[in-house]
Amino acid sequence: MTVNFNHKQSAHCESGVVSNLLRFHGMDFDEPMVFGIGSGLFFVYLPFVRVNGIPGTAYRTWPGQIFKRFSERIGIKIERQKFSTPEKAMTALDQMLDKGQPVGMLTSVFYLDYLPAAYRFHFNAHNIIVFGKENGRYLVSDPVMEHTTEISYEDLARARFAKGMPEPSGRMYYPVQMPGEYGLNKAIWTGIKQTSDHMTRIPMPLVGSKGMQYLAKRLRHWPERQGDRKAIQWLGNVIRMQEEIGTGGAGFRFIYAAFLDQASQRLQNEKLFDLSKRLTKSGDRLRDFAYEAGRVCKNRKSDVKTFVELGDMLEAVAHEEQAIFSELYDVSRTQ
Amino acid sequence: MNQEQVPQDQENLNEGKLAKLYYATDEKGHYVKVNSIGWEPETVAMQQAWDVVNDEVEEARQKVLSGKASPLLYHIKKNIMTPALVASYAGTFGFMVRLHCHPSFFRRLSRKQLEKYAYTFRISVEQLTDVERLKNPQ
Repeated sequence: MTVNFNHKQSAHCESGVVSNLLRFHGMDFDEPMVFGIGSGLFFVYLPFVRVNGIPGTAYRTWPGQIFKRFSERIGIKIERQKFSTPEKAMTALDQMLDKGQPVGMLTSVFYLDYLPAAYRFHFNAHNIIVFGKENGRYLVSDPVMEHTTEISYEDLARARFAKGMPEPSGRMYYPVQMPGEYGLNKAIWTGIKQTSDHMTRIPMPLVGSKGMQYLAKRLRHWPERQGDRKAIQWLGNVIRMQEEIGTGGAGFRFIYAAFLDQASQRLQNEKLFDLSKRLTKSGDRLRDFAYEAGRVCKNRKSDVKTFVELGDMLEAVAHEEQAIFSELYDVSRTQ
Repeated sequence: MNQEQVPQDQENLNEGKLAKLYYATDEKGHYVKVNSIGWEPETVAMQQAWDVVNDEVEEARQKVLSGKASPLLYHIKKNIMTPALVASYAGTFGFMVRLHCHPSFFRRLSRKQLEKYAYTFRISVEQLTDVERLKNPQ
């Protein structure tokens, strides 16, 4: 059974899935709105969490948080399920599709064969929507793709039951109850307050803009401490986390600035638009950082000077973000 | 980033399947959505990550061909997995997987265990055990 599903491309998978699912249920939220209300923006440097020996960097919150926070703030009830076996998970999916209910789910990109091969690493927290089944193949709305696509039963079952961290365990979700009345303005302010609070006020060195400063400090010493090969690999990973699929540019900073832009129009608040413009500028500088870092990676030679300069660039951005989000916090406190 | 500045670098790894969505600003600073087919620094970073993977695959292939490792090692590297990840698919332990990367232990594996590994990599047992194929990988 196929339903009439209106797919819109988005930059980030989680906010895109929420936006597309809710549009099906008659609520129109643009992706940046979902991202902002769900407090998606963050920064964290995790030197002790190593993937293939490379320290982790994230420009966003933990997977799943955006959806959770967003649905709490707007008042949507979500049914979440996980399963013990692929067969049960696929049967439950078929039942939902028979009812004409599109279902969001967690998958591993390694098994999604419609994506370009270059993106298919073992990343287990990719969100997609399955909205129908035709000739034994599932119709997929993957928010990062321009158009809807399809996938075979075997691949989808594999993708939903990939192993490793985090295990999707066939997790799927769908809204069961839409809110009656909801305070959009309040939800926007709650989202802003949480993001700005987390970016500036958590008293730990590795998170928020402090985390970015810390990374900048460490990054300067990578060539001498880790050797050229590792330093370049680690730097490459920072760029990937910042610019690769799903970020909308500059490590989610542009999506968030788009949210502030939309919020300022909705709330008639000029201050938010000013801060949006400042965040755009600081995002541009992050792009410059990625550009320079890309050149270092391309030439495969890390001389200490370049890494020091890169560290300076990143630190400047960290200071600017500290200023922007402090101001944003003050603005949200007055509401 | 201004909408005219959204990069459209022809050299990318998207195989023409994907034009990513970017958020960029119009002349007044308001946001619009723009598609981008690729950006060089990102492509470089991604290529670099794949170079590391491909180097390891090649290294493993040579080891298998010279008899220093079992084909299992090659398939682990080829699928960008680790022994621990393979173990969770095949229902065994990481150290057992590492052990089976040695030819002498691999040769002694039962058909059942081989099937589990083959299932992990989504190939047949014949494909898993065939060393000759590795001389000319696709």
